Amino acid sequence: MIRVVLPAHLRTLARVGAEVQLEVKGQVTQRSVLDALESAYPMLRGAVRDHSTQKRRPFVRFFACEQDLSHDSPDAPLPDAVASGTEPFLVIGAIAGG
Amino acid sequence: MERNDKIIDMSGVRVLAGTRKGAFILTSDGKREKWDISGPHFAGWEIYHVKGSPADPDRLYASQSSGWFGQQIQRSNDGGKTWEPVGNKFEYEGVPGTHQWYDGTPHPWEFKRAWHLEPSLTDPETVYAGVEDAALFHSADGGKTWQELSGLRGHGSGPHWQPGAGGMCLHTILLDAQDPQRMFIAISAAGAFRTNDAGKTWQPINRGLHSQYIPDQSAEVGHCVHRIAMHRSRPDVLFMQKHWDVMRSDDGGDSWHEVSGNLPTDFGFPIDVHAHEPNTIYVVPIKSDSEHYPPEGKLRVYRSRTGGNEWEPLTKGLPQSDCYVNVLRDSMAIDSLDSCGVYFGTTGGQIYASADSGDNWTPIVRDLPAVLSVEVQTLQ
Repeated sequence: MIRVVLPAHLRTLARVGAEVQLEVKGQVTQRSVLDALESAYPMLRGAVRDHSTQKRRPFVRFFACEQDLSHDSPDAPLPDAVASGTEPFLVIGAIAGG
Repeated sequence: MERNDKIIDMSGVRVLAGTRKGAFILTSDGKREKWDISGPHFAGWEIYHVKGSPADPDRLYASQSSGWFGQQIQRSNDGGKTWEPVGNKFEYEGVPGTHQWYDGTPHPWEFKRAWHLEPSLTDPETVYAGVEDAALFHSADGGKTWQELSGLRGHGSGPHWQPGAGGMCLHTILLDAQDPQRMFIAISAAGAFRTNDAGKTWQPINRGLHSQYIPDQSAEVGHCVHRIAMHRSRPDVLFMQKHWDVMRSDDGGDSWHEVSGNLPTDFGFPIDVHAHEPNTIYVVPIKSDSEHYPPEGKLRVYRSRTGGNEWEPLTKGLPQSDCYVNVLRDSMAIDSLDSCGVYFGTTGGQIYASADSGDNWTPIVRDLPAVLSVEVQTLQ
């Protein structure tokens, strides 16, 4: 199972706890993880990445294994530790604004 | 007297407030003296607008948005006790094209947020959304899916529309209670538009407007209309608060004339109409062009009982010194109880209410986040 940690506002929106667990078929990439996330929690569609372009929203970041993966290709494999469920995939809301 | 008391006991009001950091719902009986407050709903999110269905008062719609996580539309079936997110996919029809940017250069149309939600007068499942960048969307399934009424942007003048300071927003939607095919919308800064065929085709209705801040002061589009209002019994009579000038039309928007009269300043954002007196209107004059607070630090609602030109300040219960709040365009509402209630919210977080057509005011809540919108439902 893939572990995904959501920022507080998206936890409230999806009515989930700090971490959700997802089954991802095939290669574990940003795209496949987010597809699984949005399939399980449709209210998150458009909240992490744009509905049409599927690009990451500007004030959202993706971290895992102490790395910022935000600028990686959405089809690049995520670290093995994420794919094995040892480490979570972190969706982060940028610290900005008031 | 006994009969009136009974009517008051059975009725009530529900005020729906959108703020920079969540939604709040305030309820009271028909006396409107004691208020219960619930919220914040959607804490931390900007709530541009909350509005109830006239056909089912327990059906509410809320526009929830965030610079981080985008747009959500929330729906309630129990008067705001519980909510469910519904559809948030607002896609412009076809190739969106460009409008003017602040510097006059072409800028692609991009969805940013929904400013205003207008439920149908007859069907709780039907609701319209006015959005930034300006367009009108329609949902016939309770907000699950949205389709653009693209005839508005497509009628030809779209490339000349330009954002106001708050963004290029479609902020006002008026439905004609006597003709379901006819509605009016307003865009800052493009102007007012009317459809006579349920949104398929539109025409700009800005003749008579004069705006110093555009090259052709009487242009067909480009006017920064802040708000329009009408009484449902007189859909041909429209009132407008423009960036400057308070205007009136007696022919469904075909032509406008100024009714600013003796106002201390003709700048402001909201305008609204009394529930039982179609010629009684309210504005909140604001000092501009950059201050955007009440003149002389005195928060005054102005009322005209003559449909404009002759205005009286309403001050009882409102701060008359050191008040520097603003009242935004969607932040005034009117209830339809026998003694008409008037409500408005401020950027300082107060919501003021009058249960006697504006003669006396009291804050029904004082310390909310900045208020973006106020609506009121009259509950029988």
